[in-house]
Amino acid sequence: MMKKLLSIGYVILVLAFIYIPIFLLIIYSFNEGKNIGVWEGFSFRWYERLDTVKDVVVNTVLLAVISATIATILGTLGAIGMFYSKGKFGKYVNVGSQIPVVNSEVVTGCALVMLLMLLGSSNRSIFGLYVGHIVLTAPFVVLSVIPKLKQMDSSLYEAALDLGDTPFQALWKVVIPQILPGVFTGFMLAITLSLDDYIITATLSPLGFDTISTAVYKSIALTTAQASKNVPVYRALTTIIFIITVVIVIVMNLKSNKKENSRK
Amino acid sequence: MKGAKIIKKEPFITDNKGGGLLKFKRSQLCIPYGLFLSVFVIFPLLLIIYYAFTSKTGTFSLSNFTAFFTEPTNISTLIISIFVSFIVTVICLLISYPVAYILSRLKNSNLAFVLLLLFILPTWLNFVLRAMAMKELLSFIGIPLGSTASIIGLVYDFMPFMIMPLYSTLIKMDKSFEEAASDLGASKVKVFTSVTLPLSKPGIISGVTMVFLPVMSCYVITDTFSGSTGFSLIGKLIAKCFLGENGAPIQINEGAAISLIMLVIMVVTMLLTGGFKNSENARGTNL
Repeated sequence: MMKKLLSIGYVILVLAFIYIPIFLLIIYSFNEGKNIGVWEGFSFRWYERLDTVKDVVVNTVLLAVISATIATILGTLGAIGMFYSKGKFGKYVNVGSQIPVVNSEVVTGCALVMLLMLLGSSNRSIFGLYVGHIVLTAPFVVLSVIPKLKQMDSSLYEAALDLGDTPFQALWKVVIPQILPGVFTGFMLAITLSLDDYIITATLSPLGFDTISTAVYKSIALTTAQASKNVPVYRALTTIIFIITVVIVIVMNLKSNKKENSRK
Repeated sequence: MKGAKIIKKEPFITDNKGGGLLKFKRSQLCIPYGLFLSVFVIFPLLLIIYYAFTSKTGTFSLSNFTAFFTEPTNISTLIISIFVSFIVTVICLLISYPVAYILSRLKNSNLAFVLLLLFILPTWLNFVLRAMAMKELLSFIGIPLGSTASIIGLVYDFMPFMIMPLYSTLIKMDKSFEEAASDLGASKVKVFTSVTLPLSKPGIISGVTMVFLPVMSCYVITDTFSGSTGFSLIGKLIAKCFLGENGAPIQINEGAAISLIMLVIMVVTMLLTGGFKNSENARGTNL
């Protein structure tokens, strides 16, 4: 009994370490004043000013959705090809795909800057930024799809071909539905990684283009009054993102629970 | 919708019909990804090596490395980076292992699932926003900016990435080994040190690889938590060469040399931990 209480107490302590900063931010996002620690009354003031960071949010979401979509298509096809390849090219792709996973983001980003400069283009461009995000996320799509391919009965594809499907039909109607959960996990992971990224964006984005990461970084790293004036607005933004995340998590788990129950 | 894109990208699949070569055609699907990786991953890595060993005029030279290693502040940044990454990794491991162990041994699997979600949930919040939250808490409770604050910030941001692989290894572990050991008279401590801990080694390794190297390159946290102390990590040195902020020229050769040093550290760490085999455990792909 004592042991059980100790374990529960420990878990609660670590959860407190994780959530106290977030909850502090959420509470003070409703503060009339600017500073944490000085409560000046309840207000939605900072939420009304959220439109000042609208561009930043749009940039972030567009970048994440577009780059994750391209990464998912490239990565899924890559994973299928790699998995069934017996030649050297498949092995080469497999090794190449692991490099961005283990390499540090700074090195990945700066290597791309070198490439862009060698090609004679500017070191900062929308093209480079999207390429950077796809390089960062596509390998994780591959890592999510491969386990599903391993679980799949590979003779299904051949059966479809024997029954007269074209290779494309067999792929689209037989292989893709089988690995779809992995593709979806990969897509979600790609979105999360892209939303979370600071380093690649900071190295490759065009000047004046800010995502949530780079904009928030600027306002907390630089201590000038001009830079930190948006901090309370970012508290409001954090609160909204946190609520959206919680809702998504609850909805997704209710859905998967329903599925499991209906299977039973 | 995605299907339409696939047709456009891969017209050759429908062109080649034929019995014996079918496997070969499926493998052709990785050609676009392979080309993409060649241009944007492999070739840039070769560029790093090329630029690291050449001077500004394009002739072979070791001057970038001699310049780096004769500058005392660079050496101290390198040593501090390795030391800080090590400390942060150890703290993350010490906090996360008991959490993962307790969660994996809960009898109520629904409760365990909800608790696990609670630990992962913050990772879906942007990590700079999380850093901001921690920074504001530290100033609220009066911990000054500096190296201690940086380490707290790093532990805060990276801990969930340590919990995930540990939990997934511990939950998959065959519990009958532990039962057998205790049936044979091993004490609880003995069961843990000679059965549970060795069996959870793969989780420890992938957790360590997911914290140790990223911490070294993660200059965002040290930039925002170090204040005026100037505490900084090696990732910042590389970024400085390439950011070109405030009109500063981009120093390709110097940056390439430091990147190469960073790559060497990465390969050494991977060889020490055998991390390459575990990259499939990375960042929650296993959840």
